[in-house]
Amino acid sequence: MKILSFKEHSNSAAGADVISMANDADPREVSLEGVKRIDLHFPKFTDGRAYSQAFLLRRRLGFQGEIRATGDVLIDQLVSMSRTGFDVAVLRDGLDASAAQRQFERFPAFYQGSAIDTKPFFAKKAA
Amino acid sequence: MYRYTEFDRQFVKQRAAQHRDQLERWQKGQLADEEFRPLRLQNGWYVQRYAPMLRVAVPYGEISSKQLSVLATIAKEYDQPNPEIFSKAQAQQDLLPGKSPRLIKGYGHFTTRQNVQFNWIPLDQSADVMDLLATVDMHGIQTSGNCIRNITTDELAGVAIDEVVDPRPYAEILRQWSTLHPEFAFLPRKFKIAITGAQEDRAAIGWHDVGLQLVKNAQGEVGFKVWVGGGMGRTPVIGTLVREFLPWQHIMNYLEAVVRIYNRWGRRDNIYKARIKILVKAEGQRYIDEVEAEFKEIVNTDGGPHTISQAEFDRVAACFVEPKAPASIESTLANVSTQDPAFQRWLNQNVVPHKNPALRAVTLSFKRLGLAPGDATSEQLEASAQLVAKYSRGEARVTHSQNLVLPWVPESQLFDLWQEAKALGLASPNIGLLNDMIACPGGDYCALANARAIPVAAAISERYQDLDELDDLGPIDLHISGCINSCGHHHSGHIGILGVDKDGKEWYQVTLGGSDGSDLSGPAGPGKVVGPSFSAAEVPEVIEAVINKYLELRTPKSNAQNGRAEYFIETLRRVGQDSFKAAANSARHSEPAFA
Repeated sequence: MKILSFKEHSNSAAGADVISMANDADPREVSLEGVKRIDLHFPKFTDGRAYSQAFLLRRRLGFQGEIRATGDVLIDQLVSMSRTGFDVAVLRDGLDASAAQRQFERFPAFYQGSAIDTKPFFAKKAA
Repeated sequence: MYRYTEFDRQFVKQRAAQHRDQLERWQKGQLADEEFRPLRLQNGWYVQRYAPMLRVAVPYGEISSKQLSVLATIAKEYDQPNPEIFSKAQAQQDLLPGKSPRLIKGYGHFTTRQNVQFNWIPLDQSADVMDLLATVDMHGIQTSGNCIRNITTDELAGVAIDEVVDPRPYAEILRQWSTLHPEFAFLPRKFKIAITGAQEDRAAIGWHDVGLQLVKNAQGEVGFKVWVGGGMGRTPVIGTLVREFLPWQHIMNYLEAVVRIYNRWGRRDNIYKARIKILVKAEGQRYIDEVEAEFKEIVNTDGGPHTISQAEFDRVAACFVEPKAPASIESTLANVSTQDPAFQRWLNQNVVPHKNPALRAVTLSFKRLGLAPGDATSEQLEASAQLVAKYSRGEARVTHSQNLVLPWVPESQLFDLWQEAKALGLASPNIGLLNDMIACPGGDYCALANARAIPVAAAISERYQDLDELDDLGPIDLHISGCINSCGHHHSGHIGILGVDKDGKEWYQVTLGGSDGSDLSGPAGPGKVVGPSFSAAEVPEVIEAVINKYLELRTPKSNAQNGRAEYFIETLRRVGQDSFKAAANSARHSEPAFA
């Protein structure tokens, strides 16, 4: 997962191929044609709606472009974001990213399938 | 019991390491309080009135002797606040009006959701405690927070004589599925699942966000009857039946749909309207239709990745066979002793039949004077661990009524077990009776409570100590909650007591006729309020007035066709609430201070 600082995010180009999806939007009702990047939003880090949006985009709709986490994005939620289909996260302004990397190294695997690694642990074991 | 694989074991250890990492960052100021809070909650660390509380997960209530022993160690070595905090807390308690039992430390508490809580562990020792728990495959994962919580089930799962399907393998598979689910860690509100596989509902499934009943169809295939949207709290609601028969293989796919739709539409603007019950009530069939459509997509478009394979089911189910009996079981059972009336009383009240006719399921009662309902000192936890090892093949169950069941006791050892349990004070023959009451920790410990629950429980227990009298009163579910969050399940009590706060004083609302959904209590439903709230001093007298009214109105044994006196809940249903309400209100000391 690519982690951006708030500054890097605001400096990145926001063209016609970038859309910002509201928290209550249904990704299945949005036209994704020509879209290269979708910014999803966490109004508070405890508001988990964007996880489901990312899952639907990546897994259900097979969206291949970038899914970017914005808003109240903290270190301890990055792994879940990555597992639901986000590939870029913009850390909340002023956050120190030094503790981020080790969170990705902690769990060698998870029980349930995710948007990226779709099979649950038991199914992989059996294969 | 489920046997942890190396993977399962490492997972719990990594989770403990993650907690340590988060704790240290919080201590260094790298994580703000409000950022750390939801993280520690999802490991069971909750801050209460005087100190942190740890809620340890006991998945579907099943616990081993070794695990109980580690809980005893935690109680003894870690449930020990620094003396200053403890004496300050006691000083504050002393300022409260009326009588509150002295605070205690060095103990654990069995909860209504089959977990175990500790009240005094300093937060800076929390990571050490998590490491210690991990040595016996225990943790606090998702015991708090707005996520899928510990899944509860029938305390007699796998041993009940009325069982259709053993729910434990499904509960374990769902535990794994819900553990650290990346999409469902920050739901609008907490999410509780209960499963039963028996004819009688002993898991209060109607009262849960999701209630599951395992059934067999006409072809003998196993599936789930699914209810969604039950819950207690400020708005008590019984779940809506959304599926008559869901093939067992699809339970995770279906729950993924149930929770995803809730994650999207559940209210996040008002904590009291955030549970799934409010969504299901507001949307009705629209919610169900959306779940069904999403379920189809999960199966057809996503390919149903979480469809349970037969191999995985068999692997998990193989853990839940009858545990092996120890090599030699010696019995000192003397026929003479079995005539002891005290033993007979205990057999009648605390021992139930078993699938295996040579075995019994025995309940150790944690309802006795001097300790709050469900409290167990470190010594009692350790002694229980030993009883479990000796008499129940190393396995026990935490019950939703805050006791401990030993599910594998040979009939020939009942007398020995009784004698040992009696010596420990854990053989009160009161299971299901009035003083086997459910109570939350209440205002003595909990920061959310409006009123204390423990002193009320103690006062009623003290009043009803005569075993013959209790026996004569028969089964009565008395449930006490210190606030509307309903941890003491007051809504589902035949008699419910709810602490409310008026003008900064403690008052108690009394309800009658609630049901958890058991055969005795009838279809699940909330009790009805008898009138304006009562003072703490009035409550025991109100309860006594209600009980006396029952004695007056019940059909006595001599007139009954079934050979026993009519039970409290039966009389209440037959004659209606009015005379009971009048009795309750007549016990007021004076005019109510408010309407």
